[in-house]
Amino acid sequence: MDVELRDIYKTFGAVRANVGITLRVPAGTIQGILGENGAGKSTLMKILSGFMRADSGGIILDGRPVSIHSPADAIRCGVGMLHQDPLDFPPMRVIDNFILGRKGGLLPGQAEAARDFKRLAEQFGFSLNPDSYVDALTVGERQQLEILRLLWLGARALIFDEPTTGISAAQKEKLFAALRLLAEQGKTILFVSHKLEDVEGLCHRVAVLRQGYLVGEAQPPYTTKNLVEMMFGKSISAGERNPCAGGGSTLILDNLSVEDYRLKVRDVSLDVCRGEVIGLAGMEGSGQGLFLRAVSGMVRTVGGRILAGGKDLTGKSYHAFKRNGVAFLPAARLEEGLVSGLNLTEHFVLSEPPDGFFINWEQGGALARERIAGFNVKGTPASTVESLSGGNQQRALLALLRDPLALLLLEHPTRGLDIESTIYIWSKLKERCKQGTSIIFMSSDLDEILQYSDRVLVFFSGRVTPPLDASMLKTDKLGQLIGGKGWDEFTTGKSA
Amino acid sequence: MDTNTILVGLAGVLALAAPILFAVIGETITERAGIINLSLNGTILLSAIGGFAVACETGSLLLGFLMGMLVGALVALIVAFSSITLRQSQVAVGFVLALLGRDLSYFLGTPYMNISGPRLAALPIPFLKDIPVLGPLFFRQDVLTYLSFAIIFLVWLWIFRTRPGLMLRGIGERPAAAFVRGANVNLMRYVYTIIGGAVIGLAGPAYSLNVKAGWMGYQSGLDGFGWIALSITIFGGWNPLRAAFGAYLFSLLQWLGLVLQPVLPGIPSQVLQVAPFPLMILTLLLVNISNAEWVERMLAAMPEGLRHVTTRLLRAMRASPPASLGVPFESE
Ligand SMILES: Nc1ncnc2c1ncn2[C@@H]1O[C@H](COP(=O)(O)OP(=O)(O)OP(=O)(O)O)[C@@H](O)[C@H]1O
Ligand SMILES: [Mg+2]
Repeated sequence: MDVELRDIYKTFGAVRANVGITLRVPAGTIQGILGENGAGKSTLMKILSGFMRADSGGIILDGRPVSIHSPADAIRCGVGMLHQDPLDFPPMRVIDNFILGRKGGLLPGQAEAARDFKRLAEQFGFSLNPDSYVDALTVGERQQLEILRLLWLGARALIFDEPTTGISAAQKEKLFAALRLLAEQGKTILFVSHKLEDVEGLCHRVAVLRQGYLVGEAQPPYTTKNLVEMMFGKSISAGERNPCAGGGSTLILDNLSVEDYRLKVRDVSLDVCRGEVIGLAGMEGSGQGLFLRAVSGMVRTVGGRILAGGKDLTGKSYHAFKRNGVAFLPAARLEEGLVSGLNLTEHFVLSEPPDGFFINWEQGGALARERIAGFNVKGTPASTVESLSGGNQQRALLALLRDPLALLLLEHPTRGLDIESTIYIWSKLKERCKQGTSIIFMSSDLDEILQYSDRVLVFFSGRVTPPLDASMLKTDKLGQLIGGKGWDEFTTGKSA
Repeated sequence: MDTNTILVGLAGVLALAAPILFAVIGETITERAGIINLSLNGTILLSAIGGFAVACETGSLLLGFLMGMLVGALVALIVAFSSITLRQSQVAVGFVLALLGRDLSYFLGTPYMNISGPRLAALPIPFLKDIPVLGPLFFRQDVLTYLSFAIIFLVWLWIFRTRPGLMLRGIGERPAAAFVRGANVNLMRYVYTIIGGAVIGLAGPAYSLNVKAGWMGYQSGLDGFGWIALSITIFGGWNPLRAAFGAYLFSLLQWLGLVLQPVLPGIPSQVLQVAPFPLMILTLLLVNISNAEWVERMLAAMPEGLRHVTTRLLRAMRASPPASLGVPFESE
């Protein structure tokens, strides 16, 4: 299906999210939409998919102007969207999610739906069990489910809003293969991302947005430098690895074991020195998240000891960990890290140690202004956190951390962030390392792991490698370990 | 006590449970759509006197029941309008309506105090009534009690086995995702709140025209049912079958209180009358126990095999509310 957006305008109060954007995408094309955080990519896609109404402008499909006022209208016209955060029903089964929204008789027609589901899934090589519950699936699998569902509903143009954040390398390969297959079938793909390597490897053409404007288009062969300049209006480069600050341990793990109802992580021993960065690699749900939560005191351990800052914290509460300088930043920023509905000033006031019964708003506002400037957050002290874009939420979270910290635990610190924000966040983190804070972070981005960590732990279905020196580790070796290959050397090593 | 007395007693428990059942099922429908109708206690009392008054004046039981449903639907309409359209707090509006309905029913009921009105007669089902044990238990009841049996399964089928029921669950769970799938979220919330309200409205006449026919103002013994029904809805995990179990358990406890009174003369009768309430709370606690921190700690200390089994059991027992319960929905 040929998709054309004509002169789209959209503002949110003072923010101009889309300014006169015109874009034509012929059928069978994978169109990349590139842009930094807050550039207006999601807004444009939400307008095309009927989730939002443009202030002005038109949508033309296969040469005919259409009026799309709701997602239901969009899917009727053949336009389907996968949202940045999959819009599905976690406590329901896969097949129920698949059926939900399909018009039909009183009975859901499970048998027929299951047949179609299986046929479609086979076509793309997705292995999804229709009877499993969605909350047990990875983000990648939830995407696969949404793709199948939209195709079943007759989508001929598919929008993907940052589909590669939060999925494993293997799932990414599968996704890309599926997208190429869809394009071959004549479907139109709009692929939103700020990861250059994804766009370069996949897209037939790229449009770049900056601050609401369409600032340029490009076709292969792409040059990274050119794309980066279009995205940011300037060229940027990554920071260097910092040597370890040295001088004592901040964290000692002694045969730590932790488990939940799915997974067991056994006997991890680790000695983290001041200012050191430890990267946790592995496919989503391999145990690294559980491990991180155990070290943060949020999940109770079932064996071994945790010593932080010289104190034995085994079995202590999360607050005891916090008091001893351990901080945890979860991946689900809005669910666990920030409080929706509160503005930035209120967040800063809450995160400071209590000082009297009444709140000193003046002081809080000043603090907020200072930190907002210091961390380059695009927002005002009165902005509520949910109105910030992903990158700015993450900056705000970092700005909220108290000084000094012994140990900082991060879950996907730069998930969903563009390169500039990523580099900025890491430069702030490295500043802390220089002051002696140790960092343990998990990430599904291998390059991030290798670039920023001093040592790496690889997780595979609950098994953990001994700490590996990051400077000696190669990307392909790491990729193999994550996929469960090449573990024999560690098994023998451990029993010895 | 011989078997026959026990059977008759248990049959009575089933009939006695009908009002609570209607209230719980109606509330389950409403909350599945994401709306909390907290007015239950007021709605039930108001529909009880409304239904009784209409039945007295017209002599028609059917009209009495319809009146009850109408009252329930109207109160629900107020809840829906104020929370969906006016975006007021569902909790605040519900509370006010609960109190208002209660006072209004006592005021309106004054002319009908202690007069005898019509009462629903039993309707034994031929042949089935003669089956041993099951016959006296299930098939010598009245129409309304049969209806209360049927509604459990009908609503369960609707919620868990039909296409619109699937969408209903979606709307309560994640309205944005339901909206993307073509649902008119706020319209459906109106519809389900009003239908739920009509079912809740059956609870009143089920009491005043059947279980304990007549109107005795403060002495009616109906006050408080609404609150218990609200807690059973939660205990029932928003599932009609589990909710029905809760409703029957509560009636059974009430009946046991009466039966045990002569057997245990040492215990003051008030204790036995009130006992069902704390017992219900205890059950609620047990069902949701896996959320507690000390349970987590206890689990961590268990040997591995036992821990695995217990974790799974607790997970199965835990019911999570519709995730968007009480959250208004606004499409952009
Ligand atoms: N519902 C909303 N209300 C107010 N402002 C909004 C809303 N949605 C987006 N914005 C603002 O519009 C701008 C564009 O946001 P948009 O989500 O389209 O960016 P994006 O390019 O998708 O960024 P990201 O890469 O972080 O997802 C941002 O400044 C954002 O704060
Ligand atoms: Mg976005």
